[in-house]
Amino acid sequence: MKDIKVLGSGCKTCQLTAKLIRTEAERLGVDIRLDKVTDYAAIAGYGIASTPGVVVDGKVVHAGGLPQAANVATWLTS
Amino acid sequence: MSCCRPPQPDDKLSGAEAWFIWLGGPLFALVLWGGVYRALPPLSQWLVDRLPVTPGSHLAEALAFFFYDTPKVLMLLALVVFLMGVVRSFFSAENTRRLLAGRREGVGNVAAATLGIVTPFCSCSAVPLFIGFVSAGVPLGVTFSFLIAAPMVNEVALGLLFGLVGWPVALSYLGFGLAIAIVAGFVIGRCHLEGWLQPWVLEVRLGECALPDRRLAIEDRVRAGWQAVTDIVGKVWLWVIAGIAVGALIHGYAPTETLAAIMGKGAWWSVPLAVLIGVPMYSNAAGIIPVVEALLGKGAALGTVLAFMMAVTALSLPEMIILRKVLTGRLIAVFIAVVAAGILAVGYLFNLLFAA
Repeated sequence: MKDIKVLGSGCKTCQLTAKLIRTEAERLGVDIRLDKVTDYAAIAGYGIASTPGVVVDGKVVHAGGLPQAANVATWLTS
Repeated sequence: MSCCRPPQPDDKLSGAEAWFIWLGGPLFALVLWGGVYRALPPLSQWLVDRLPVTPGSHLAEALAFFFYDTPKVLMLLALVVFLMGVVRSFFSAENTRRLLAGRREGVGNVAAATLGIVTPFCSCSAVPLFIGFVSAGVPLGVTFSFLIAAPMVNEVALGLLFGLVGWPVALSYLGFGLAIAIVAGFVIGRCHLEGWLQPWVLEVRLGECALPDRRLAIEDRVRAGWQAVTDIVGKVWLWVIAGIAVGALIHGYAPTETLAAIMGKGAWWSVPLAVLIGVPMYSNAAGIIPVVEALLGKGAALGTVLAFMMAVTALSLPEMIILRKVLTGRLIAVFIAVVAAGILAVGYLFNLLFAA
C-alpha cells in the first residue's frame, strides 16, 4: 500500500492532481491511501514553495502544477 | 542538494534525432503561423465584404474590427504563451527560492522581480510560496518584489498588449511593471515590517527540500509550452472574444469626444480612478485588454490605460484575501498603498511623456 499525500490549499489544480492519482492507481491496480494536506505550516514542513505537491511514502516527488499522468504512474509503480 | 539543481538536458532523449524533430516541428509550425498571420487582413476584409452590411457604416466598421482582431489576438496570445511556457520549464519556485535566499536587498529585489516573470506561479500557490521564501531566508522586501512582478508581468497581459496595442506598449508595460515590483519591494523591505507578519509564519520550520532531479529534454520543454497554450488560451479565449466584441462596439459607436474627456490626458483624476476600478477586476483581465485597446483608439490616455491594467493584474482582491493568512491587515494595507503609488506614478509619467 502506497501512502500518498497531496499538498495544497484545495485549489482546482490540487483537486485535479488528487483525482489523477486516484484514476492512475485504479488503472494500474495499485492500492493507495490518499490524504490531502491543506495546513500551510504542514506544507512548508515538506520544503516546497509551490503547490500542489505530491508526497509518496514520505518523499516529495512533485511540486507546482498538474503532474503528467506518465509521471504519476512511475511514482505509483516504483 | 539534489533537488534544487536546475533541470539538465537528458542525454538519453536529446539525441540528434530528438532535436531535429522537436526543434524542427515547432519551427515549421512557426512558419505556418506566420503565413496564416499575414493572410489575416485580406481574409477578414473578404469575409466582411460578403456580409450584408453597408460598407463604411458603423456596423461594417465594428464587424471588420471584430473579424480581424479576434484571430489576430488569439494567434499572438498563443505564440507568447507558448514561448513563455518553454522558458518557464527552465525555472521552478524551488530553484528561484534557492537563488534568492540570503540575497541582499537591492540586487535581490531586481533578481526577484525578474525571476517573477519567468517562474511558474499561480495565485493559489501564493501562500506556500510566501512562507517558503521567507522561512528560507529570502528577505521580506525581496519576496514582495517577486509577489508583485509574478502576477503583473504575465504572458496573457504581454501577449494581448503585443497583439492589440503593439510591441512598444507591451515592452513599456514589461519595463515599468518590473520597475514597480523592484521599487515597491525595496521600499517595503526598508520599512522592516517583519513584525507585521502573522505570528505563526515566523515559527514555521521549513522542511528539507528533497525533490528529485528534474531532467528535461527538449521534447519536455516543447510539451510544456504546448500545455501552457492549451491551459491558458483554453481558459481565456472566451473572455478575449467577449472583450473584442465590446471593443468592436466601442470602435463603431462610442462618441470619441465624451471618452477622451473622461479618460484623456486632460482629466488628472482619471489615473487614480482607473486604479480604483482596476483592483476588483482580476478574473477578467483577458477580457479587459481588448476593451482598453478600443478606448485608446477613442482618445484615452496611454498612462491612464496602463495604470488601469496594472491595477487589474497586480492588485487583485482574491490574492489579498489569500495573503491575509500570512500578512496582517496593516501589512496588506502597506503593500496595497506602495504598489498603488507606483502604478499612479507610472500612469502620470506616461501621460506626461507621450503626447497624444
